[in-house]
Amino acid sequence: MTVILTFLASIAMIAGWWLSRQGLMSKPWLESGAPLPQAELPSPPPHRLGTAVFLAVVGGLFAMLGSAFVMQIDETPWQLVPLPDLVWFNTALLLLSSLSLHVAGRSRGHSTHIWLALGSVTALGFMVGQVQIWTTLTDNGYGLSEAPAASFFYLITGLHGLHILGGLVALALVWFRLAQSDDPKTKQAPIGLCALYWHGLLVIWLLLLALLLGLGNEFLAMCRSVLT
Amino acid sequence: MADLPHDTDPQLPPAEVADVMPPHAHGWWSHYVFSQDAKYIAIQYAATAIAIGFVALVLSWMMRLQLGFPGLFDFITPDAYYQFITMHGMIMVVYLLTALFLGGFGNYLIPLMVGARDMVFPFVNMLSYWIYLAAVLVLVASFFAPGGPTGAGWTLYPPQAILSGTPGGQQAGIVLMLLSLILFIIGFTMGGLNYVVTVLQARTRGMTMMRLPLTVWGIFTATVMALLAFPALLVASIMMLFDRLLGTSFFMPSLVELGEHLSYGGGSPIAFQHLFWFFGHPEVYIVALPAFGIVSDLLSVHARKNIFGYRMMVWAIVGIGALSFIVWAHHMYVSGMHPYFGFFFATTTLIIAVPTAIKVYNWVLTLWKADIHLTLPMLFALGFIVTFVNGGLTGLFLGNVVVDVPLSDTMFVVAHFHMVMGVAPIMVILGAIYHWYPLATGRMLNQTMGHIHFWVTFIGAYAIFFPMHYVGLVGVPRRYYEIGDPSFMTAPVDGLNAFITVAALTVGAAQMVFLFNLVWSLRHGRAAGHNPWRATTLEWLTPVVPPEHGNWGAKLPLVYRWAYDYSLPGAPEDYVVQTDPGPKSPAAAERL
Repeated sequence: MTVILTFLASIAMIAGWWLSRQGLMSKPWLESGAPLPQAELPSPPPHRLGTAVFLAVVGGLFAMLGSAFVMQIDETPWQLVPLPDLVWFNTALLLLSSLSLHVAGRSRGHSTHIWLALGSVTALGFMVGQVQIWTTLTDNGYGLSEAPAASFFYLITGLHGLHILGGLVALALVWFRLAQSDDPKTKQAPIGLCALYWHGLLVIWLLLLALLLGLGNEFLAMCRSVLT
Repeated sequence: MADLPHDTDPQLPPAEVADVMPPHAHGWWSHYVFSQDAKYIAIQYAATAIAIGFVALVLSWMMRLQLGFPGLFDFITPDAYYQFITMHGMIMVVYLLTALFLGGFGNYLIPLMVGARDMVFPFVNMLSYWIYLAAVLVLVASFFAPGGPTGAGWTLYPPQAILSGTPGGQQAGIVLMLLSLILFIIGFTMGGLNYVVTVLQARTRGMTMMRLPLTVWGIFTATVMALLAFPALLVASIMMLFDRLLGTSFFMPSLVELGEHLSYGGGSPIAFQHLFWFFGHPEVYIVALPAFGIVSDLLSVHARKNIFGYRMMVWAIVGIGALSFIVWAHHMYVSGMHPYFGFFFATTTLIIAVPTAIKVYNWVLTLWKADIHLTLPMLFALGFIVTFVNGGLTGLFLGNVVVDVPLSDTMFVVAHFHMVMGVAPIMVILGAIYHWYPLATGRMLNQTMGHIHFWVTFIGAYAIFFPMHYVGLVGVPRRYYEIGDPSFMTAPVDGLNAFITVAALTVGAAQMVFLFNLVWSLRHGRAAGHNPWRATTLEWLTPVVPPEHGNWGAKLPLVYRWAYDYSLPGAPEDYVVQTDPGPKSPAAAERL
C-alpha cells in the first residue's frame, strides 16, 4: 500500500498547508464582531478548484490501482508485460496535447482554435495509439486474462483512457461553446479547465508508465534494502 | 441568473465569490423531481436512504428470527440467511448511513449553514442523486434476479464471493452488487465535489472556517475522506467484476472446485482485503464524523451553552480524519500478518482513541452546569454519547491483536460495531431529524410519539446489543446460520438469543412509529415558526421558513461571530445569532 500512502501523504501536506492558513489557532469565542482577515484569502474560482479536487480523486483511484499492482508483483512471481515502442510515441502525443491546450488557454483570437485543434487531435491520436497497443499485445499472446500482469495493463490503461475520453467529451463541449459565444471571457475559462485536467492526466500517465515498466517495484526494493 | 447587490460593510472582508442566484426551476418536473435545489436533493436523498434502510431493517428481523428461533421459519434457508446478512450490512453502511449523512444532511445543511444560496455546481448535484437512486435500484434488482442477491457477506471477500458455493456468486447477485457500488461511488463523487467546493468557496462574508458550526466541519472532513477512500472500493469492485465476468485473476488464486481445476490463478485474495479495508475503516469515520459534528450542535443548542473546546473539537475532527487512513489492517489480524505490522496497526488504532476521547470529554463538559432542556434532539444526543462510549470501549479491546484474534469471528464483534457505528450514528440521525424537521417542513414532530420512539429505541438497542457481547464472549460465532451442537460454548444462549430477537422486533416496530410521525406531522404537527429552538446558526435565519429557492432573499447574510454564543452574560436573550454584530462578548470587550 506504499503507493497510496505516498499519494495521501502528499495530499495531507497540501491539506496541512491550507489548514495552517485558516486560523486554526484563533479563538472565535473571543472575536465576535471583528472579521478574521488572515482566514479570508482570495481563492481560485469554484470550477478550477472543483477540477483540481476531482483530479485528486482520480489520482487516488490510480494510486489504489498502483498499490494493488505493486502488492501483487511482490507476492507472486511475475513477468511484466513487454511494452511496445509505440507507448513512447503515445506518451509524446499526450504531452503535446497537454501543452497545446495550455497554450490554447492563454492565446487569443484565431490561434486559440489552432492550438485547441492540435490538442484535440493529439489526444485522439493518443487514444487510437493505446488501442493499437492493446491489439499488438493481444496478438503477442498477452491477452486480458492470460496473466495478472497483462490484466493489470489493460485495466490501468483502460481506466486512464476512459478519463481521457471524458476529457474529450468536455473538449467537444468547449468547441460547441466556441461556436456559440463571442465573449472571449466565457471562451477562455473552460479551455483553462480542460488544460488543467489534461496536465493532471499527463502526470498520472507518466507515473503509471513508470509503474508498468516495473520502476515502482525496483524503487521500493531499493528503499527496502537501504532501510534493512 | 442575475448578480445580486453586495452589502458594503467596512467591518467585513470583501466577498470571495459573486453572489449569483442559482438557476430557477421552470415547471413542476424541474421543481420537484429533477430539482437542482440542494434542499430538494437533500430530501430526495434522505427519503431514498430511509426507504432502503427500512428494507435493511426487515432483513435484520429475518436474521434475528432465524437466530432466536432456529428452524421455525421454513423460508429462511441457509442461502437466504447469508443473503440477508450481506444486504443488511451493505445497505446500512453505504446506502443508508453514508448517503443520509452526506447526501441528506450535507445537501440540506451545508449551503444554509455557510450562508450560500446553493451548492456551487447544482446540475452535478442533481446528477449525484439520480445516480445514487440508480445504484439503489440496481441493488434492489438483485433481490429479483435469478439466484437472488449475493450472500458473500458485506465484505465480499474473494475468492468465495464469485464462486458457485456462495449464493449469487455465479449468478447475477454479485454482479449487480458490484455494479451498484460502482454507480454509488460515481454518484457520491459528484456530490462530494459539491460539498467540498461549497464549503471552501461559497461561504458568506465573515464566515471563516473557524466560525463554521461543527456540523459543517464534520460533514466537510468526512466528505474529503470519502473522496479519497471510495476509490479503493471502486478499484476493488472493478477488479472483482473483471474476475467474475472476464476471467481475469486479480484476486483469484489457483483453485479446485468440486474436483475441477478452475481457470483462475496467480491472483491475491489478500490484496482485495487491503483495498476493501482501506475504504472500510475510513468509512467508519465517514459515518462518525458528521455524527460527531451534528451531535456537538445539538448539545450546544439544547443545553443553551457554548460548545466546550471548539478549537480542540475542530483539531480532533481533522486528526481523526487523518489517522483513520492508517488503521485499516486492524480488520485483518486474523488474515495473518507480520507481527510488527500487527503492532503498528494496534498502536495507531489506540492512538485514534485520543482525539475521540477529547471529543467525548468536551461533550460532557458542554453539559456540565448547562441549562439542559430534555427535548427529543437532546435525548437522542445523550443516547448517542452513552452508546458511543460503550461501543468505543470494546473497540479498545478489539484493537489489540491478542484479544482480537479469539474474538474476531464471534458475536462480540457484531455487538461492538453495531453499538459504535450502528446505534450511535442512528441516534444522531434521529436526533437531527427531530431538530431540523421544523426547518424543512415548518412543523414540529409529535412529542408523544417521539418519546415512545426514543425510549423504545434506546432501551431496546441495549437489550439487543448488551447481551450480544456476552453471547460472543461465551463463544457463539458470527455469520453462522445454525450453531448446531452447543457443547463448545461455556454457557447456553438459547434464551438470550430469543430475548435479543424479541427486542430487535420491538425496536423495529418503534421505527414504524417514527415513520408514521414523519408523515402525520407534515399536516398535523404544531406550527414551528421561526427558529423554534432559539439557535444561533444561519440555517434558522432565512427570511422564510421553510427556506425558499436561493435561501436568503435579496442579500446574503453577514456573519459577525461564531456559532455558539449561548447564555452570554449581559445579552438580552440566552442566544446571540451569528448575524448579530453586537453585543460583543465580555471577554472580547475586555481584550479590545
